[in-house]
Amino acid sequence: MNPRKPSIAVYKFSSCDGCQLSLLNMEDELLDLAEAVDIAYFLEATRAARPGPYDIAIVEGSITTEHEVERIKEVRRDAKILIALGTCATSGGVQALRNFADHKVYASKVYEHPEFLHYLPTSTPIAEHVAVDLELWGCPVNKRQVLEIITALLNNRRPNLPQYSVCLECKRSGTVCVLVDKGIPCMGPATQAGCGAICPSNGRGCYGCFGPAKSTNVDSLVHILRNAERMPGETERLFRGISGNAPAFQMAAESFISKEKK
Amino acid sequence: MIEQTLKHSTTSHTSGLLEPVWAEIVSITPEAEGISTFWIRFTDPAVAATYSFQPGQFNMVYIPGYGEAAISISSSSEDSALIGHTIRFVGNVTRAISRLKVGDVIGIRGPFGSAWPIREMEGHDVIIACGGVGLPPLRPVIYYIMNHREKFGKVYLLYGARTPSDLIFPKEYASWEEANIQVHVTVDRADEDWQGQVGVVPMLFYRFRMDAPNSLVLTCGPEIMIRFVVYEGLARRVQPENIYVSLERNMKCGQGSCGHCQLGPYFICKDGPVFRFDALQPYFNVEEF
Amino acid sequence: MQNEFIFGVNSTVALQKKDFDLLLKKLQELGYEVVGPRVDEQTLRYGQINTMNDLPKGYISKQEAGRFQLIHTGHSRYFDVIPGAQSWKQFLFPSRVELFELNKNAGRWDINRTESHSPAYAFIGVRGCELAAIQIQDKAFIREDFTDPFYQERRERAFLIAVNCSNPAGTCFCASMGTGPRVESGADLILTELDNVFLLKIGSELGRNVLNGLPVESASAFLLQAAERELEQASKKMGRTLDTEDLPELLLENLDAAHWQKINSRCLSCANCTQVCPTCFCWDTVDTMSLNGTETKRERVWDSCFNPGYSYQAGGNTRPTIHSRYRQWLSHKFGTWKVQYGTLGCTGCGRCITWCPAGIDITEEIAALRKEVKK
Repeated sequence: MNPRKPSIAVYKFSSCDGCQLSLLNMEDELLDLAEAVDIAYFLEATRAARPGPYDIAIVEGSITTEHEVERIKEVRRDAKILIALGTCATSGGVQALRNFADHKVYASKVYEHPEFLHYLPTSTPIAEHVAVDLELWGCPVNKRQVLEIITALLNNRRPNLPQYSVCLECKRSGTVCVLVDKGIPCMGPATQAGCGAICPSNGRGCYGCFGPAKSTNVDSLVHILRNAERMPGETERLFRGISGNAPAFQMAAESFISKEKK
Repeated sequence: MIEQTLKHSTTSHTSGLLEPVWAEIVSITPEAEGISTFWIRFTDPAVAATYSFQPGQFNMVYIPGYGEAAISISSSSEDSALIGHTIRFVGNVTRAISRLKVGDVIGIRGPFGSAWPIREMEGHDVIIACGGVGLPPLRPVIYYIMNHREKFGKVYLLYGARTPSDLIFPKEYASWEEANIQVHVTVDRADEDWQGQVGVVPMLFYRFRMDAPNSLVLTCGPEIMIRFVVYEGLARRVQPENIYVSLERNMKCGQGSCGHCQLGPYFICKDGPVFRFDALQPYFNVEEF
Repeated sequence: MQNEFIFGVNSTVALQKKDFDLLLKKLQELGYEVVGPRVDEQTLRYGQINTMNDLPKGYISKQEAGRFQLIHTGHSRYFDVIPGAQSWKQFLFPSRVELFELNKNAGRWDINRTESHSPAYAFIGVRGCELAAIQIQDKAFIREDFTDPFYQERRERAFLIAVNCSNPAGTCFCASMGTGPRVESGADLILTELDNVFLLKIGSELGRNVLNGLPVESASAFLLQAAERELEQASKKMGRTLDTEDLPELLLENLDAAHWQKINSRCLSCANCTQVCPTCFCWDTVDTMSLNGTETKRERVWDSCFNPGYSYQAGGNTRPTIHSRYRQWLSHKFGTWKVQYGTLGCTGCGRCITWCPAGIDITEEIAALRKEVKK
């Protein structure tokens, strides 16, 4: 092993803290992790913080303010390896819904005095601002995958992150396809595996929080889901969801929304 | 009676077909930037005593936790005291191999796959055309020819690499030529000191006169190079059944079970990697097949 | 002293339905884990069968391209529902098995083989198409030059009760593939369901031994005729047909046909077809390690030729487009499979049609290719 334990810093940007929590949720592995790495900066876990530079920066959240635009550059400067943790960090998250609408309308509906808000009109992934070495999708991320990337980094090995669709996870676990069996709209066929098919195994459709799978056919899925809609606009809501700002899902949504408006 | 069939309801799997045997790295020879030969010896003397392979076969080399990679054997098939694997560090597993030191232990499954046609080559001229790390799987053929030189006609080695420093086994070329093997070497890009040929491997076919009806062509390397080598051979009227090609695909199990390395009806790991070209011909030009 | 059991292999006996639990109990007493179709949470699965009440009595399934519906009709039949997405493959070739664990001690790796505790299964209700699928996987996993220990262990100890299929579904085409709806042999017992009795054809000595001591009687000519009529009807209920005449040549000689490209607009490359297919056998290995790298585990999982990593090698993916992956699957199943194993890789069970979210129908695809080529 390394003579010196690699240092890790965990940062939060615009996010709900859920992905950081999944780090703390690794009950069985947390002690091993603390032994293997030096957790130098992790405000959600400990107030003791040591200054950088760090070996690994784990960044949760998206970029939604001017201040964050500057701060992420500092994070990048301070870290050898930067990991974008969770779908906010990899695609903008649910707060990227504003990217497809008038953000002022949203703000005025939520806040009594939106004039006091300081924010950017869009929510954007970390990789739009600085170089990202590794992206881990999910809302929230899967703790086994978090452990996998840390293990991979510590051991100089490529992490095992599946690029195939959620359908394989359903089939391997014996979950019967909710789309074919029950007619429930499901984004699984075009969504990257990694969650363990949590939603379908609980009788719900996948809502794509792990982002688009590699080399699947999003356009065909749009067509299928629109025929399976149980209420008008259901497909749009699925594609404009947590991973809505991911280019593949965004393009798919735009293609049929624009067709409809014509 | 039925009870008997159920008695052994607990069995343990001891199949060596899915489990590796262990071998120690005895020495490491750097060959070029990012390419080294790892010489190994099986830790179990019983395995060491019985292990044998034929030129062209490969092993699945296993680094626990990282995975396996299919690596051809580059040492002499007639001397298996030490087994050589010449490895280019490009993937997850081979990069892990690059960090290993003498004395480290690795897992081996094999040997797997088909061999170069040593028997069929006897009494004929042999043209060995290869590029980059396509040479290591052919080195056992060169050694075999050297050990039994009288059995073969004229022998030509056509070998190419990107740059002069990418050429592997350069110190051996002289000994190969001494054994009456014509060595033609080319590079894609020359450097200041390079005096030799510049160009692609298939161009080397223009450097000698071939007795086509009496020749066998053996080729291994980038698939695009293989295509043009085959073309040069066919253009000189070498029969498809006298051209032998070693192919690379995503090999995982080594025994035609996992399905990954299929090309048409073949499992490259089991039916190949060495194929007679006439067997490949129907599938060779189908795009993305 | 045992009673003399007068019925021999190949004879057919009748078992009153009310006595079927005795057969299940016998199997359980012999140590079998009895599995079969059952309805859980309004979904058809294969799972543990404790008593015949666990079987999907009164259900049928309506199956079309991309759509499965489980319907409760309340009729008195136990074996009228055509299976769903799951197949016996999940028991014989589990979707995930651990190959071994390794621990590093003083620079050496010590191997730990997890003792296998795979039960001896008794499969209740194996249809002709499914039995044929098991026999096809036998050829892939139990070969002269390589035998898969995990498959072999499960397969050789499995007890098979096949069922003659009297109510095929809309996506079925086993009659075209010659695998059903009737089961002739290859199982320990072959069951035909009538209104009040099960007819059981004894298919093996093991099957005979299991029946010994159960209240079975000789099947009357009347019952045998009734069974025959049911089976004759069944072939006519099949929703799909496939012309196999020029397979595999049709596919292997037309790998460059323009038709292949048409699949690009519909195929999701989601791999569902291969995962529900009872003959697809591809697998991948997954290596995991502990944080400090001293403990590792190697597992094997189901894989699919539709996965992007499946045909990846240094330099990229050899099948980068969706149609190239679809062509690999179809030309394997109906073409090169025959060269590899002497049989086509399809049994006509229809799962890939039903469970394709896009409703792609292999019988239509092959017919369309044939039409284009004949032009």
